[in-house]
Amino acid sequence: MSDTAKREVAVASAQKLGLFDADIHPVPKSGTEIRSYLAPDWHGHFDHYREFQRKPFANANSYPRAVRALSRRDSWPPGGGLPGSDLEFMREQHLDPYNIECGVLQVLDPVGNKLRHPGFAAAMCSAINDWQALAWAEPEPRLKGSIIVPQEDTRAAIREIERLGRSPLFRQIMISPRSEEPLGRPRYWPIYEAAEALGISVTLHVGGENGFPVTPAGHPSFFFEQRESHVPAAEAVLTSLILEGVIERFPRLRVITVEAGGIGWVPALSWRLDHCWERMGGEIPQVRKPPSSYLRSNFWFSSQPIDEPEKPEHLREVFDWVGWDRILFATDYPHWDFDDPKYAVKFAMTPAEQQMFFRDNARTAFGLQ
Amino acid sequence: MDAGIHSIDCDIHPSIPGTKALMPYLEEHWRDHLSFRGIDDVELTYNAYRNPFSCRPDWRPPSGKPGGDPSQVLEQALDAFGASIGILNPLWGGPVVYADDMAFALCHAANDWIAATWLDRDPRLRASMLVPFESPELAAEEIEHRARDPRFVQVLLLAMTEAPLGRRHYWPIYRAAARAGLPIAIHAGTGYRNPPTGIGWPSTYVEDYAAQTGGFQTQVLSLMTEGVLTKFPELKVVLVESGVAWLTSFLWRLNKTWRGVRIEVPWIKEAPAEILRRSLRMTIQPLNAPKGEEQVRRMLDHIGGDHMLLFSTDYPHWHFDGGDAMPPGLPAALHRKIRLDNPLETYSRLTETLQ
Amino acid sequence: MARFVVAKVGEIPRGEQKVVRVKGREILLLNVDDEYAALLNRCPHEGAKLLCGARVGLLESDEPGRFSYTRQGEFLRCPWHGWEFEIRTGQSWCDPKDTRIKNYDVKIEPGESLAKGPYVAESFPVHVEDSYIVIYL
Ligand code: FES
Repeated sequence: MSDTAKREVAVASAQKLGLFDADIHPVPKSGTEIRSYLAPDWHGHFDHYREFQRKPFANANSYPRAVRALSRRDSWPPGGGLPGSDLEFMREQHLDPYNIECGVLQVLDPVGNKLRHPGFAAAMCSAINDWQALAWAEPEPRLKGSIIVPQEDTRAAIREIERLGRSPLFRQIMISPRSEEPLGRPRYWPIYEAAEALGISVTLHVGGENGFPVTPAGHPSFFFEQRESHVPAAEAVLTSLILEGVIERFPRLRVITVEAGGIGWVPALSWRLDHCWERMGGEIPQVRKPPSSYLRSNFWFSSQPIDEPEKPEHLREVFDWVGWDRILFATDYPHWDFDDPKYAVKFAMTPAEQQMFFRDNARTAFGLQ
Repeated sequence: MDAGIHSIDCDIHPSIPGTKALMPYLEEHWRDHLSFRGIDDVELTYNAYRNPFSCRPDWRPPSGKPGGDPSQVLEQALDAFGASIGILNPLWGGPVVYADDMAFALCHAANDWIAATWLDRDPRLRASMLVPFESPELAAEEIEHRARDPRFVQVLLLAMTEAPLGRRHYWPIYRAAARAGLPIAIHAGTGYRNPPTGIGWPSTYVEDYAAQTGGFQTQVLSLMTEGVLTKFPELKVVLVESGVAWLTSFLWRLNKTWRGVRIEVPWIKEAPAEILRRSLRMTIQPLNAPKGEEQVRRMLDHIGGDHMLLFSTDYPHWHFDGGDAMPPGLPAALHRKIRLDNPLETYSRLTETLQ
Repeated sequence: MARFVVAKVGEIPRGEQKVVRVKGREILLLNVDDEYAALLNRCPHEGAKLLCGARVGLLESDEPGRFSYTRQGEFLRCPWHGWEFEIRTGQSWCDPKDTRIKNYDVKIEPGESLAKGPYVAESFPVHVEDSYIVIYL
């Protein structure tokens, strides 16, 4: 069979296959919808102080995005509101036509975990979580929520995890990789301990502002660069989690990177970390195995935005290097860099490979089997 | 080792013993100043020379900093590998001292010292010049001055700086380098003007070292997006001790993102991977490659440019043992190119001296 | 090659576009300064429907910091990943050689000449006194 013919067969069966989408972004219908989910004690704070973060612009991203609302231009609901704010339209444009069996909500907006005021951060996280449950996951069983936690205040984070960790409406804990300290440092360990005990995953969706320049060489100029900075940030988080010994300590922890610049960087990271460990293992005696082995056992990587090498078959080689069981499909709906399951992968996959990539790996990573 | 071919080692680290050694090359007020204030050395924290990684066990001198004794370096780095030329990259804190004038004075003196102590000693040696790069006008002054000595073959910068290197205030450096026909070398390292990762300060040295690739990615992308590589199309950018494997998917991502956000940088008129394959060079230690020749070949195929690879031992850093500095798996057919042709093509200043 | 009458001249204002269906294909008809182009309504990258694409001009630069913006409305930016396509040719700006939107021959023909046939007009009557946009397929 020619590659094109194989791809067409693949496309046809992908559509039949129920897909697992690791990254869907819901947003509230209005700037105040979330207020109705917020504990009344905090309404005054919400009205007067609202979001207070470590960034220069109150109503724009530090690096303004590629496109309005960061979204596909065809994803604005016909009935009004922002992309991702209308469940009915999401069903019609996304869940139904792509035959999504399960979609994981990744909430970037409104912001809870990056707020500077600890009390308000915790209250907003709870409000966002209740909103996910009531406005999305309950009415639409294909959608699963993410427990947003005030990650810098571990005690409050644990309270939130305890409150929701057993609810079938939530599949995971969502943490911003841009934390105040690298996520492997001990202050964050209670979160991993709770996640492991409850058997729920931790996802690291890119984004959030921690007040550090996005690169180790200071503030770049362009969105182009900020977007690319997600890769070194993801590399640094994984490095921190592995080298600080988090995986040694919590061997059943499942960690998923989402939207961290595809997967092409994973092999190079694993080779480099192994080289460093061979030479400087003495500094990190808690790391008992080559770092690459932890990447193969406790981490999963979502594919979007998918790597597009000049030669498509190079991506197959990347899949081989990363491990076919480690890679999860995600669309990032309704964001502009959406990946369409029918066309994103430009090399031919066998039906068995498709089943892993589009569905089964995610079931494992999110603990559904 | 391949007998009979010349070999050019593009990354050897001599160490600068401290400011005392530089005194003869400093103006009097700086001599008094440094000694009065007890500024005896500004070794980079990053260059942690007691770390086992910073020196291969059989290369470690009985005392003092590795790479401190020219005769030891000549024997172990050049003779042992049959190198006909070795490029010295001194890693030292002079360039990142906060006070601009002191940084300039230290760089200037260090370059004089390298010329007198090393370059004068053996005709095989060449060096990168230290410049106070956070003060670009002064850096340009040093480049202009130093370029008169043909044994200085490039300008040395670090992978982590105060701002990304493409930003326009750094351009005097590139203007001066381009005028003198000198490549820019970016070496792993940092003066810690920013946390070494975008997620803050890791706990360990090994994490900082691993994170250097993030610095390289930042600098390369910045030089590309800001238009340095298109404004100075002849400028070569040599990434030294950068690791190589990360370049694969980095190029793919840049091509992809460029298509979507080209309006931010309309001066970029061709695919970023094409621009970078033309401008970038990388030393081969460490390669950070997968194991096995077939896997290495694949990785090189993903990068799409074996003209970019430059031979290096990274002496005295400990990347390999034994007498073969070619990372395992690099196809034999490429050895000559990597050892000789690519370095000669990168450093025009070498051709005159290597007949 | 058959002629398909797909719209009446004047129906699509300058700078706008509409989707027509021809032989089961969705085709995007675009008015660029009262000339018309017909492109498959599907981005060659990941298949976005191009109808929602933005009509933009061409931003160029000879040097960092200098901007020149010309040919307003002659380019279509894909509603998903923002790739730019030249409407007249369907070619991608960044990769003109290998990436292009499939395009079709399109002409304006007076009702009179169409009256001689043969042509296919799927949804409306053709009058001799009007002009029509015709796609050749
Ligand atoms: S689908 Fe059009 S640019 Fe990607």
